[in-house]
Amino acid sequence: MTKKRELAEVISQEKAARGIYSMWIRTESAKEAKPGQFISMYANDGSKLLPRPISICEIDREGGALRVVYRVTGKNTGTEEFSRLKAGDTLPIVGPLGNGFPYEKAEGKKAFLIGGGIGVPPILELAKEMECEKKQIIVGYRDEETFLREEFEQNGEVYISTEDGSVGTKGNVMDAIRENALDADVIFACGPTPMLRAVKAYAEENGIECYISLEERMACGIGACLACVCQSKEKDHHSNVHNKRICKDGPVFLSTEVEI
Amino acid sequence: MSMDINMKVNIAGVEWKNPVTVASGTFGSGAEFADYVDLNRLGAVTTKGVANVPWTGNPTPRVAETYGGMMNAVGLQNPGIDVFCERDIPFLRKYDTKIIVNVCGRSEEDYCEVVERLSGEDVDMLEINISCPNVKEGGIAFGQNPKAAEEITKAVKKYAKQPVIMKLSPNVTSIAEMAKAVEAGGADAVSLINTITGMKIDINRKTFVLANRTGGVSGPAIHPVAVRMVYEAANAVKVPVIGMGGIMTAEDAIEMILAGASAVSVGTANFHNPSVTMEIVDGIREYMEQQGFASVADMVGIVK
Repeated sequence: MTKKRELAEVISQEKAARGIYSMWIRTESAKEAKPGQFISMYANDGSKLLPRPISICEIDREGGALRVVYRVTGKNTGTEEFSRLKAGDTLPIVGPLGNGFPYEKAEGKKAFLIGGGIGVPPILELAKEMECEKKQIIVGYRDEETFLREEFEQNGEVYISTEDGSVGTKGNVMDAIRENALDADVIFACGPTPMLRAVKAYAEENGIECYISLEERMACGIGACLACVCQSKEKDHHSNVHNKRICKDGPVFLSTEVEI
Repeated sequence: MSMDINMKVNIAGVEWKNPVTVASGTFGSGAEFADYVDLNRLGAVTTKGVANVPWTGNPTPRVAETYGGMMNAVGLQNPGIDVFCERDIPFLRKYDTKIIVNVCGRSEEDYCEVVERLSGEDVDMLEINISCPNVKEGGIAFGQNPKAAEEITKAVKKYAKQPVIMKLSPNVTSIAEMAKAVEAGGADAVSLINTITGMKIDINRKTFVLANRTGGVSGPAIHPVAVRMVYEAANAVKVPVIGMGGIMTAEDAIEMILAGASAVSVGTANFHNPSVTMEIVDGIREYMEQQGFASVADMVGIVK
Protein backbone atom coordinates (compact mmCIF):
# COMPACT_ATOMS: atom_id res chain seq x y z
CA MET A 1 0.00 0.00 0.00
CA THR A 2 2.09 2.85 -1.34
CA LYS A 3 -0.35 5.05 -3.24
CA LYS A 4 -3.53 6.90 -2.38
CA ARG A 5 -6.01 9.44 -3.55
CA GLU A 6 -4.62 12.87 -2.63
CA LEU A 7 -6.02 16.35 -2.34
CA ALA A 8 -4.32 18.54 -4.94
CA GLU A 9 -4.30 22.32 -4.59
CA VAL A 10 -5.11 24.56 -7.51
CA ILE A 11 -2.22 26.96 -8.18
CA SER A 12 -3.81 28.82 -11.07
CA GLN A 13 -6.48 28.44 -13.71
CA GLU A 14 -7.25 30.27 -16.92
CA LYS A 15 -9.39 29.88 -19.99
CA ALA A 16 -7.21 28.70 -22.90
CA ALA A 17 -9.89 28.79 -25.61
CA ARG A 18 -13.66 28.54 -25.92
CA GLY A 19 -14.62 25.70 -23.56
CA ILE A 20 -10.96 24.79 -22.91
CA TYR A 21 -9.30 25.48 -19.55
CA SER A 22 -5.71 25.33 -18.35
CA MET A 23 -5.03 24.56 -14.70
CA TRP A 24 -1.84 24.10 -12.68
CA ILE A 25 -2.19 21.96 -9.55
CA ARG A 26 0.24 21.23 -6.74
CA THR A 27 0.60 17.48 -6.31
CA GLU A 28 3.03 14.88 -5.03
CA SER A 29 2.40 12.90 -8.18
CA ALA A 30 4.33 15.41 -10.32
CA LYS A 31 7.65 13.87 -9.23
CA GLU A 32 7.03 10.59 -11.01
CA ALA A 33 4.89 11.81 -13.93
CA LYS A 34 5.83 11.18 -17.56
CA PRO A 35 4.50 12.67 -20.79
CA GLY A 36 1.46 10.77 -22.05
CA GLN A 37 0.31 9.71 -18.60
CA PHE A 38 -2.97 10.95 -17.12
CA ILE A 39 -4.46 11.71 -13.73
CA SER A 40 -7.89 10.76 -12.38
CA MET A 41 -9.58 14.00 -11.32
CA TYR A 42 -12.59 13.79 -8.99
CA ALA A 43 -15.43 16.29 -8.66
CA ASN A 44 -16.07 17.72 -5.21
CA ASP A 45 -19.78 17.24 -5.92
CA GLY A 46 -20.51 13.89 -4.27
CA SER A 47 -23.19 12.98 -6.82
CA LYS A 48 -20.42 12.59 -9.41
CA LEU A 49 -18.56 9.47 -8.38
CA LEU A 50 -16.31 8.50 -11.21
CA PRO A 51 -12.92 10.00 -11.90
CA ARG A 52 -12.35 12.06 -15.03
CA PRO A 53 -9.18 10.82 -16.74
CA ILE A 54 -7.33 13.97 -17.84
CA SER A 55 -4.02 13.86 -19.70
CA ILE A 56 -1.00 15.66 -18.33
CA CYS A 57 -0.05 18.71 -20.40
CA GLU A 58 3.06 19.87 -18.52
CA ILE A 59 5.15 18.61 -15.61
CA ASP A 60 7.11 20.71 -13.11
CA ARG A 61 8.91 17.99 -11.14
CA GLU A 62 10.99 20.34 -8.96
CA GLY A 63 8.00 22.52 -8.11
CA GLY A 64 5.74 19.49 -7.58
CA ALA A 65 3.11 20.70 -10.02
CA LEU A 66 1.18 19.44 -13.01
CA ARG A 67 -0.65 21.31 -15.73
CA VAL A 68 -3.84 19.95 -17.22
CA VAL A 69 -5.60 21.46 -20.21
CA TYR A 70 -9.07 20.04 -20.60
CA ARG A 71 -12.41 20.57 -22.31
CA VAL A 72 -15.64 21.31 -20.46
CA THR A 73 -17.91 18.60 -21.80
CA GLY A 74 -21.25 20.21 -21.00
CA LYS A 75 -23.52 21.81 -18.44
CA ASN A 76 -23.46 20.35 -14.91
CA THR A 77 -20.52 18.10 -15.73
CA GLY A 78 -17.47 17.32 -13.63
CA THR A 79 -15.27 19.25 -16.04
CA GLU A 80 -17.53 22.30 -15.66
CA GLU A 81 -16.98 22.05 -11.90
CA PHE A 82 -13.21 21.87 -12.48
CA SER A 83 -13.37 25.01 -14.65
CA ARG A 84 -14.79 26.99 -11.72
CA LEU A 85 -11.94 26.09 -9.35
CA LYS A 86 -9.71 28.96 -8.29
CA ALA A 87 -6.22 29.24 -6.81
CA GLY A 88 -6.26 27.72 -3.32
CA ASP A 89 -9.20 25.40 -4.01
CA THR A 90 -8.59 21.66 -3.78
CA LEU A 91 -9.67 18.61 -5.70
CA PRO A 92 -9.05 14.89 -5.14
CA ILE A 93 -6.79 13.19 -7.68
CA VAL A 94 -5.12 9.84 -8.22
CA GLY A 95 -2.06 9.55 -10.37
CA PRO A 96 -0.02 9.61 -12.40
CA LEU A 97 -1.66 6.70 -14.21
CA GLY A 98 -1.02 4.80 -17.41
CA ASN A 99 2.18 4.08 -19.30
CA GLY A 100 3.02 7.34 -21.13
CA PHE A 101 4.79 7.87 -24.45
CA PRO A 102 7.98 5.82 -25.03
CA TYR A 103 9.72 8.92 -26.33
CA GLU A 104 13.18 7.39 -26.07
CA LYS A 105 12.24 5.54 -29.29
CA ALA A 106 12.63 8.86 -31.12
CA GLU A 107 16.30 9.31 -30.36
CA GLY A 108 18.23 10.12 -33.54
CA LYS A 109 15.06 9.91 -35.63
CA LYS A 110 12.73 12.21 -37.49
CA ALA A 111 9.53 12.32 -35.48
CA PHE A 112 5.94 13.42 -35.87
CA LEU A 113 4.24 14.59 -32.70
CA ILE A 114 0.56 14.73 -33.63
CA GLY A 115 -2.26 16.14 -31.54
CA GLY A 116 -5.87 16.73 -32.47
CA GLY A 117 -8.57 18.62 -30.56
CA ILE A 118 -8.44 17.86 -26.85
CA GLY A 119 -5.66 15.37 -27.69
CA VAL A 120 -3.35 18.34 -28.26
CA PRO A 121 -2.34 19.03 -24.60
CA PRO A 122 -0.29 15.85 -23.84
CA ILE A 123 1.82 16.56 -26.92
CA LEU A 124 3.29 19.64 -25.21
CA GLU A 125 5.17 17.82 -22.43
CA LEU A 126 6.18 15.18 -24.97
CA ALA A 127 7.64 17.92 -27.19
CA LYS A 128 9.50 19.41 -24.24
CA GLU A 129 11.10 16.14 -23.12
CA MET A 130 11.69 14.32 -26.39
CA GLU A 131 15.12 14.36 -27.97
CA CYS A 132 15.24 13.52 -31.64
CA GLU A 133 16.86 14.54 -34.91
CA LYS A 134 13.83 16.36 -36.26
CA LYS A 135 10.85 17.31 -34.10
CA GLN A 136 7.79 18.01 -36.27
CA ILE A 137 4.74 18.97 -34.26
CA ILE A 138 1.47 18.71 -36.18
CA VAL A 139 -1.56 19.97 -34.29
CA GLY A 140 -5.15 20.07 -35.48
CA TYR A 141 -7.83 22.45 -34.25
CA ARG A 142 -11.43 23.28 -35.07
CA ASP A 143 -10.85 26.99 -35.76
CA GLU A 144 -8.55 29.95 -35.04
CA GLU A 145 -8.44 29.18 -31.30
CA THR A 146 -5.11 27.40 -31.55
CA PHE A 147 -4.42 26.94 -27.84
CA LEU A 148 -0.82 26.09 -26.76
CA ARG A 149 0.50 27.15 -30.20
CA GLU A 150 3.17 29.56 -28.89
CA GLU A 151 4.43 26.96 -26.46
CA PHE A 152 4.71 24.38 -29.23
CA GLU A 153 6.69 26.86 -31.33
CA GLN A 154 9.35 27.01 -28.61
CA ASN A 155 9.79 23.24 -28.80
CA GLY A 156 9.95 22.25 -32.47
CA GLU A 157 8.71 22.87 -36.02
CA VAL A 158 4.98 23.46 -35.81
CA TYR A 159 2.40 22.70 -38.52
CA ILE A 160 -1.22 23.56 -37.92
CA SER A 161 -4.45 22.33 -39.44
CA THR A 162 -7.88 23.79 -38.79
CA GLU A 163 -11.23 22.38 -39.82
CA ASP A 164 -12.42 25.78 -41.02
CA GLY A 165 -9.12 26.71 -42.70
CA SER A 166 -8.68 29.85 -40.58
CA VAL A 167 -5.11 28.91 -39.61
CA GLY A 168 -2.61 26.67 -41.43
CA THR A 169 -3.83 23.85 -43.61
CA LYS A 170 -7.59 23.54 -44.08
CA GLY A 171 -8.59 20.03 -43.01
CA ASN A 172 -7.01 17.65 -40.53
CA VAL A 173 -3.50 16.78 -39.39
CA MET A 174 -3.03 14.30 -42.25
CA ASP A 175 -3.82 17.09 -44.72
CA ALA A 176 -1.14 19.24 -43.03
CA ILE A 177 1.41 16.42 -43.34
CA ARG A 178 0.64 16.00 -47.06
CA GLU A 179 0.53 19.72 -47.84
CA ASN A 180 3.92 20.29 -46.24
CA ALA A 181 5.38 17.04 -47.67
CA LEU A 182 6.58 15.94 -44.23
CA ASP A 183 8.07 12.57 -43.43
CA ALA A 184 9.05 10.73 -40.29
CA ASP A 185 10.62 7.53 -38.90
CA VAL A 186 8.47 7.49 -35.77
CA ILE A 187 5.06 8.91 -34.85
CA PHE A 188 3.43 9.81 -31.53
CA ALA A 189 -0.24 10.81 -31.66
CA CYS A 190 -3.16 11.70 -29.43
CA GLY A 191 -6.60 12.80 -30.57
CA PRO A 192 -10.08 11.73 -31.61
CA THR A 193 -10.51 8.16 -32.85
CA PRO A 194 -11.10 9.07 -36.54
CA MET A 195 -7.80 11.00 -36.52
CA LEU A 196 -5.95 8.16 -34.83
CA ARG A 197 -7.41 5.72 -37.35
CA ALA A 198 -6.03 7.86 -40.21
CA VAL A 199 -2.64 8.22 -38.52
CA LYS A 200 -2.46 4.48 -37.85
CA ALA A 201 -3.36 3.67 -41.48
CA TYR A 202 -0.75 6.14 -42.78
CA ALA A 203 1.93 4.70 -40.48
CA GLU A 204 1.16 1.14 -41.45
CA GLU A 205 1.07 1.90 -45.20
CA ASN A 206 4.48 3.54 -44.90
CA GLY A 207 5.96 1.09 -42.41
CA ILE A 208 6.47 3.76 -39.73
CA GLU A 209 6.70 2.92 -36.03
CA CYS A 210 3.67 4.66 -34.51
CA TYR A 211 2.41 5.16 -30.95
CA ILE A 212 -1.18 6.27 -30.38
CA SER A 213 -2.84 7.38 -27.16
CA LEU A 214 -6.40 6.07 -26.82
CA GLU A 215 -9.39 7.20 -24.80
CA GLU A 216 -12.44 5.36 -23.46
CA ARG A 217 -14.91 5.79 -20.61
CA MET A 218 -13.26 4.62 -17.39
CA ALA A 219 -14.46 3.75 -13.91
CA CYS A 220 -11.47 2.75 -11.79
CA GLY A 221 -8.53 4.12 -13.81
CA ILE A 222 -6.21 1.49 -12.32
CA GLY A 223 -6.90 -1.62 -14.36
CA ALA A 224 -9.48 -3.39 -12.22
CA CYS A 225 -12.95 -2.74 -13.63
CA LEU A 226 -12.32 -3.62 -17.30
CA ALA A 227 -14.54 -0.78 -18.53
CA CYS A 228 -12.02 0.93 -20.82
CA VAL A 229 -10.84 -1.89 -23.02
CA CYS A 230 -9.78 -1.76 -26.63
CA GLN A 231 -9.37 -4.65 -29.05
CA SER A 232 -5.84 -5.98 -29.25
CA LYS A 233 -4.12 -8.05 -31.90
CA GLU A 234 -2.51 -10.44 -29.46
CA LYS A 235 -4.09 -12.10 -26.46
CA ASP A 236 -3.15 -9.94 -23.55
CA HIS A 237 -1.50 -11.67 -20.59
CA HIS A 238 -3.86 -10.01 -18.12
CA SER A 239 -7.21 -10.51 -19.87
CA ASN A 240 -6.38 -13.75 -21.73
CA VAL A 241 -8.69 -12.42 -24.48
CA HIS A 242 -8.09 -9.89 -27.27
CA ASN A 243 -8.67 -6.91 -24.99
CA LYS A 244 -6.23 -4.43 -23.51
CA ARG A 245 -7.00 -1.99 -20.71
CA ILE A 246 -6.54 1.58 -21.89
CA CYS A 247 -6.01 2.90 -18.35
CA LYS A 248 -3.36 0.39 -17.32
CA ASP A 249 -1.82 -1.22 -20.44
CA GLY A 250 -2.16 2.14 -22.24
CA PRO A 251 -3.25 4.77 -22.88
CA VAL A 252 -0.34 4.67 -25.35
CA PHE A 253 -0.14 1.64 -27.64
CA LEU A 254 2.01 0.66 -30.59
CA SER A 255 -0.47 1.20 -33.43
CA THR A 256 -0.09 -2.33 -34.77
CA GLU A 257 -1.04 -3.78 -31.35
CA VAL A 258 -4.59 -2.46 -31.35
CA GLU A 259 -7.70 -2.33 -33.54
CA ILE A 260 -9.52 1.00 -33.48
CA MET B 1 -11.00 3.77 26.33
CA SER B 2 -9.81 0.21 26.55
CA MET B 3 -12.80 -1.74 25.39
CA ASP B 4 -11.99 -5.05 23.74
CA ILE B 5 -13.44 -4.81 20.26
CA ASN B 6 -13.95 -8.02 18.32
CA MET B 7 -14.24 -7.26 14.62
CA LYS B 8 -14.26 -10.94 13.64
CA VAL B 9 -17.26 -12.42 11.90
CA ASN B 10 -18.13 -16.01 11.12
CA ILE B 11 -19.71 -16.46 7.71
CA ALA B 12 -20.87 -20.03 7.12
CA GLY B 13 -18.03 -21.43 9.20
CA VAL B 14 -15.31 -19.19 7.73
CA GLU B 15 -13.83 -16.65 10.13
CA TRP B 16 -13.09 -13.23 8.62
CA LYS B 17 -10.95 -10.78 10.63
CA ASN B 18 -13.54 -8.06 10.01
CA PRO B 19 -16.88 -7.81 8.19
CA VAL B 20 -15.59 -5.95 5.13
CA THR B 21 -15.05 -7.45 1.69
CA VAL B 22 -15.29 -5.99 -1.79
CA ALA B 23 -18.00 -6.45 -4.38
CA SER B 24 -17.06 -8.76 -7.22
CA GLY B 25 -16.01 -6.93 -10.37
CA THR B 26 -14.98 -3.72 -8.67
CA PHE B 27 -11.64 -4.92 -7.34
CA GLY B 28 -10.14 -7.17 -10.03
CA SER B 29 -8.44 -10.07 -8.32
CA GLY B 30 -7.00 -7.79 -5.64
CA ALA B 31 -3.66 -7.27 -7.36
CA GLU B 32 -4.95 -4.20 -9.19
CA PHE B 33 -5.71 -2.50 -5.86
CA ALA B 34 -2.69 -3.69 -3.87
CA ASP B 35 -0.95 -0.29 -4.23
CA TYR B 36 -3.95 1.45 -2.66
CA VAL B 37 -5.22 -1.06 -0.09
CA ASP B 38 -3.49 -3.21 2.52
CA LEU B 39 -5.18 -6.44 1.49
CA ASN B 40 -4.26 -7.89 4.90
CA ARG B 41 -6.76 -5.52 6.45
CA LEU B 42 -9.76 -6.80 4.50
CA GLY B 43 -12.03 -9.49 5.92
CA ALA B 44 -12.05 -11.10 2.51
CA VAL B 45 -11.28 -10.32 -1.12
CA THR B 46 -14.09 -11.23 -3.51
CA THR B 47 -12.63 -11.69 -6.97
CA LYS B 48 -14.08 -10.72 -10.33
CA GLY B 49 -16.41 -13.35 -11.80
CA VAL B 50 -14.59 -16.23 -13.43
CA ALA B 51 -15.99 -18.72 -15.95
CA ASN B 52 -14.82 -22.08 -17.27
CA VAL B 53 -13.35 -20.40 -20.37
CA PRO B 54 -12.20 -16.82 -21.10
CA TRP B 55 -14.98 -14.33 -21.86
CA THR B 56 -14.42 -11.25 -24.04
CA GLY B 57 -17.20 -9.20 -22.45
CA ASN B 58 -19.40 -6.56 -24.09
CA PRO B 59 -18.49 -3.82 -26.59
CA THR B 60 -17.58 -0.35 -25.24
CA PRO B 61 -18.75 2.01 -23.84
CA ARG B 62 -19.19 -0.28 -20.87
CA VAL B 63 -19.73 2.31 -18.13
CA ALA B 64 -21.58 5.56 -17.59
CA GLU B 65 -22.01 7.87 -14.66
CA THR B 66 -25.49 8.51 -13.29
CA TYR B 67 -26.64 10.91 -10.59
CA GLY B 68 -25.15 9.50 -7.38
CA GLY B 69 -24.15 6.31 -9.10
CA MET B 70 -23.00 4.59 -12.23
CA MET B 71 -24.04 1.95 -14.71
CA ASN B 72 -21.94 -0.84 -16.07
CA ALA B 73 -22.30 -3.45 -18.76
CA VAL B 74 -18.82 -4.95 -18.75
CA GLY B 75 -20.33 -8.34 -19.52
CA LEU B 76 -18.17 -10.43 -17.19
CA GLN B 77 -14.96 -10.24 -19.19
CA ASN B 78 -12.64 -12.73 -17.51
CA PRO B 79 -9.51 -14.74 -18.32
CA GLY B 80 -11.06 -18.14 -17.55
CA ILE B 81 -10.52 -20.47 -14.62
CA ASP B 82 -7.11 -21.81 -15.73
CA VAL B 83 -5.38 -18.43 -15.68
CA PHE B 84 -7.27 -17.52 -12.51
CA CYS B 85 -5.98 -20.60 -10.67
CA GLU B 86 -2.41 -20.19 -11.89
CA ARG B 87 -2.09 -16.48 -11.29
CA ASP B 88 -4.71 -14.99 -8.97
CA ILE B 89 -5.02 -17.58 -6.21
CA PRO B 90 -1.25 -17.70 -5.49
CA PHE B 91 -1.17 -13.89 -5.47
CA LEU B 92 -4.00 -13.59 -2.93
CA ARG B 93 -2.63 -16.39 -0.75
CA LYS B 94 0.36 -14.19 0.09
CA TYR B 95 -2.03 -12.03 2.11
CA ASP B 96 -3.73 -12.74 5.41
CA THR B 97 -7.28 -12.44 4.10
CA LYS B 98 -10.02 -14.83 2.99
CA ILE B 99 -10.50 -15.54 -0.71
CA ILE B 100 -14.03 -15.57 -2.12
CA VAL B 101 -14.17 -16.62 -5.75
CA ASN B 102 -17.09 -15.27 -7.74
CA VAL B 103 -18.23 -17.82 -10.32
CA CYS B 104 -20.17 -17.01 -13.48
CA GLY B 105 -21.52 -19.20 -16.25
CA ARG B 106 -23.95 -19.50 -19.12
CA SER B 107 -25.37 -22.89 -18.15
CA GLU B 108 -25.61 -25.19 -15.15
CA GLU B 109 -22.72 -27.21 -16.59
CA ASP B 110 -20.54 -24.09 -16.84
CA TYR B 111 -21.07 -23.22 -13.18
CA CYS B 112 -20.51 -26.79 -12.03
CA GLU B 113 -17.31 -27.12 -14.06
CA VAL B 114 -15.77 -24.06 -12.37
CA VAL B 115 -17.00 -25.08 -8.91
CA GLU B 116 -15.59 -28.58 -9.34
CA ARG B 117 -12.28 -27.17 -10.53
CA LEU B 118 -12.13 -24.89 -7.48
CA SER B 119 -12.86 -27.79 -5.12
CA GLY B 120 -9.16 -28.69 -5.31
CA GLU B 121 -7.92 -25.11 -4.91
CA ASP B 122 -6.91 -23.21 -1.82
CA VAL B 123 -9.81 -20.74 -1.67
CA ASP B 124 -12.17 -20.09 1.23
CA MET B 125 -15.62 -19.49 -0.20
CA LEU B 126 -17.47 -19.43 -3.50
CA GLU B 127 -19.93 -16.80 -4.57
CA ILE B 128 -22.23 -17.90 -7.38
CA ASN B 129 -23.30 -15.05 -9.62
CA ILE B 130 -26.82 -15.82 -10.78
CA SER B 131 -27.70 -12.17 -11.04
CA CYS B 132 -25.57 -10.42 -13.65
CA PRO B 133 -27.94 -8.32 -15.78
CA ASN B 134 -25.40 -7.81 -18.55
CA VAL B 135 -25.01 -11.22 -20.15
CA LYS B 136 -27.68 -12.65 -22.38
CA GLU B 137 -27.62 -16.26 -21.29
CA GLY B 138 -27.09 -17.75 -17.87
CA GLY B 139 -26.56 -15.27 -15.06
CA ILE B 140 -29.83 -13.51 -14.57
CA ALA B 141 -31.85 -16.38 -16.09
CA PHE B 142 -31.16 -18.31 -12.89
CA GLY B 143 -31.56 -15.28 -10.66
CA GLN B 144 -35.12 -14.22 -11.40
CA ASN B 145 -36.97 -17.48 -10.93
CA PRO B 146 -37.04 -19.08 -7.45
CA LYS B 147 -37.28 -22.64 -8.82
CA ALA B 148 -34.33 -22.12 -11.20
CA ALA B 149 -32.31 -20.48 -8.41
CA GLU B 150 -32.97 -23.42 -6.08
CA GLU B 151 -31.99 -25.91 -8.79
CA ILE B 152 -28.71 -24.19 -9.69
CA THR B 153 -27.85 -23.95 -5.99
CA LYS B 154 -28.45 -27.68 -5.55
CA ALA B 155 -26.35 -28.41 -8.63
CA VAL B 156 -23.29 -26.42 -7.57
CA LYS B 157 -23.54 -27.69 -4.00
CA LYS B 158 -22.93 -31.21 -5.32
CA TYR B 159 -19.48 -30.16 -6.51
CA ALA B 160 -18.55 -27.49 -3.98
CA LYS B 161 -15.97 -28.20 -1.29
CA GLN B 162 -16.14 -24.64 0.04
CA PRO B 163 -19.17 -22.83 1.51
CA VAL B 164 -21.41 -21.45 -1.25
CA ILE B 165 -22.73 -17.89 -1.24
CA MET B 166 -25.55 -17.29 -3.72
CA LYS B 167 -25.49 -13.73 -5.09
CA LEU B 168 -29.02 -12.44 -5.58
CA SER B 169 -30.50 -9.99 -8.04
CA PRO B 170 -32.66 -7.07 -6.91
CA ASN B 171 -34.54 -7.30 -10.21
CA VAL B 172 -37.19 -9.59 -8.68
CA THR B 173 -40.67 -9.22 -7.20
CA SER B 174 -39.78 -10.76 -3.84
CA ILE B 175 -36.21 -10.89 -2.58
CA ALA B 176 -37.39 -12.90 0.46
CA GLU B 177 -38.72 -15.60 -1.82
CA MET B 178 -35.44 -15.76 -3.77
CA ALA B 179 -33.40 -15.94 -0.56
CA LYS B 180 -35.61 -18.76 0.74
CA ALA B 181 -35.30 -20.61 -2.57
CA VAL B 182 -31.48 -20.68 -2.53
CA GLU B 183 -31.49 -21.54 1.17
CA ALA B 184 -33.75 -24.50 0.34
CA GLY B 185 -31.25 -25.44 -2.37
CA GLY B 186 -28.50 -25.62 0.23
CA ALA B 187 -26.87 -22.19 0.03
CA ASP B 188 -24.53 -21.54 2.97
CA ALA B 189 -24.99 -17.76 2.67
CA VAL B 190 -26.56 -15.17 0.40
CA SER B 191 -25.14 -11.91 -0.87
CA LEU B 192 -27.17 -9.00 -2.18
CA ILE B 193 -27.84 -6.82 -3.98
CA ASN B 194 -26.32 -7.13 -7.44
CA THR B 195 -26.93 -4.12 -9.67
CA ILE B 196 -30.36 -2.82 -10.66
CA THR B 197 -31.01 -2.86 -14.40
CA GLY B 198 -31.08 0.64 -15.85
CA MET B 199 -30.77 2.62 -19.07
CA LYS B 200 -29.23 5.93 -19.99
CA ILE B 201 -29.78 7.86 -23.21
CA ASP B 202 -27.45 10.43 -24.76
CA ILE B 203 -29.86 13.18 -25.84
CA ASN B 204 -27.35 14.77 -28.24
CA ARG B 205 -26.39 11.58 -30.04
CA LYS B 206 -29.97 10.31 -29.58
CA THR B 207 -28.87 6.83 -28.70
CA PHE B 208 -28.02 4.63 -25.73
CA VAL B 209 -24.94 5.62 -23.73
CA LEU B 210 -23.90 2.00 -23.16
CA ALA B 211 -23.16 -0.23 -26.13
CA ASN B 212 -25.22 -2.90 -24.37
CA ARG B 213 -28.19 -0.46 -24.17
CA THR B 214 -28.95 -1.48 -20.58
CA GLY B 215 -26.58 -1.79 -17.65
CA GLY B 216 -26.47 -2.43 -13.94
CA VAL B 217 -26.93 0.63 -11.73
CA SER B 218 -24.80 0.80 -8.60
CA GLY B 219 -23.56 3.40 -6.14
CA PRO B 220 -25.10 5.45 -3.32
CA ALA B 221 -28.25 6.16 -5.38
CA ILE B 222 -29.34 2.54 -4.85
CA HIS B 223 -28.23 2.21 -1.20
CA PRO B 224 -31.72 2.55 0.37
CA VAL B 225 -33.04 -0.13 -1.99
CA ALA B 226 -30.21 -2.40 -0.90
CA VAL B 227 -30.81 -1.77 2.81
CA ARG B 228 -34.50 -2.63 2.41
CA MET B 229 -33.70 -5.84 0.52
CA VAL B 230 -30.99 -6.91 2.97
CA TYR B 231 -33.53 -6.39 5.76
CA GLU B 232 -36.17 -8.49 3.97
CA ALA B 233 -33.73 -11.27 3.07
CA ALA B 234 -32.18 -11.40 6.54
CA ASN B 235 -35.63 -11.76 8.06
CA ALA B 236 -36.54 -14.54 5.63
CA VAL B 237 -33.57 -16.91 6.01
CA LYS B 238 -31.32 -18.37 8.71
CA VAL B 239 -28.11 -18.36 6.65
CA PRO B 240 -25.87 -15.28 6.88
CA VAL B 241 -26.48 -12.34 4.56
CA ILE B 242 -23.63 -10.38 3.00
CA GLY B 243 -24.99 -6.90 2.30
CA MET B 244 -23.93 -4.67 -0.53
CA GLY B 245 -25.26 -1.86 -2.66
CA GLY B 246 -23.96 1.70 -2.63
CA ILE B 247 -21.83 1.51 0.52
CA MET B 248 -19.62 4.61 0.41
CA THR B 249 -18.81 5.10 4.10
CA ALA B 250 -18.58 3.24 7.40
CA GLU B 251 -22.00 4.68 8.27
CA ASP B 252 -23.52 3.05 5.18
CA ALA B 253 -21.89 -0.26 6.11
CA ILE B 254 -23.16 -0.08 9.68
CA GLU B 255 -26.67 0.66 8.41
CA MET B 256 -26.50 -2.52 6.36
CA ILE B 257 -25.30 -4.54 9.38
CA LEU B 258 -28.07 -3.18 11.59
CA ALA B 259 -30.55 -4.17 8.86
CA GLY B 260 -29.33 -7.77 9.09
CA ALA B 261 -26.09 -8.17 7.13
CA SER B 262 -23.43 -10.29 8.86
CA ALA B 263 -20.80 -8.77 6.56
CA VAL B 264 -20.67 -6.11 3.87
CA SER B 265 -19.16 -5.65 0.42
CA VAL B 266 -17.86 -2.35 -0.88
CA GLY B 267 -18.17 -1.93 -4.64
CA THR B 268 -18.59 1.29 -6.58
CA ALA B 269 -16.94 3.29 -3.78
CA ASN B 270 -13.63 1.67 -4.76
CA PHE B 271 -13.79 3.70 -7.98
CA HIS B 272 -14.41 6.92 -6.07
CA ASN B 273 -11.55 6.36 -3.66
CA PRO B 274 -9.36 3.29 -4.17
CA SER B 275 -8.44 3.18 -0.47
CA VAL B 276 -12.00 3.59 0.84
CA THR B 277 -12.22 0.08 2.31
CA MET B 278 -9.51 0.96 4.83
CA GLU B 279 -11.55 3.94 6.03
CA ILE B 280 -14.67 1.77 6.28
CA VAL B 281 -12.90 -0.87 8.42
CA ASP B 282 -11.60 1.86 10.75
CA GLY B 283 -14.98 3.61 10.86
CA ILE B 284 -16.86 0.47 11.87
CA ARG B 285 -14.39 -0.07 14.72
CA GLU B 286 -14.79 3.54 15.90
CA TYR B 287 -18.58 3.21 15.87
CA MET B 288 -18.37 -0.01 17.90
CA GLU B 289 -16.15 1.74 20.46
CA GLN B 290 -18.44 4.75 20.69
CA GLN B 291 -21.62 2.68 20.89
CA GLY B 292 -20.23 -0.01 23.16
CA PHE B 293 -20.55 -2.99 20.83
CA ALA B 294 -18.05 -5.69 21.79
CA SER B 295 -18.57 -7.73 18.64
CA VAL B 296 -19.97 -7.28 15.15
CA ALA B 297 -22.42 -10.12 15.79
CA ASP B 298 -24.04 -7.96 18.50
CA MET B 299 -24.97 -5.42 15.85
CA VAL B 300 -26.34 -7.73 13.16
CA GLY B 301 -30.05 -7.22 12.48
CA ILE B 302 -30.82 -5.42 15.74
CA VAL B 303 -33.19 -3.06 13.95
CA LYS B 304 -36.42 -5.03 13.80
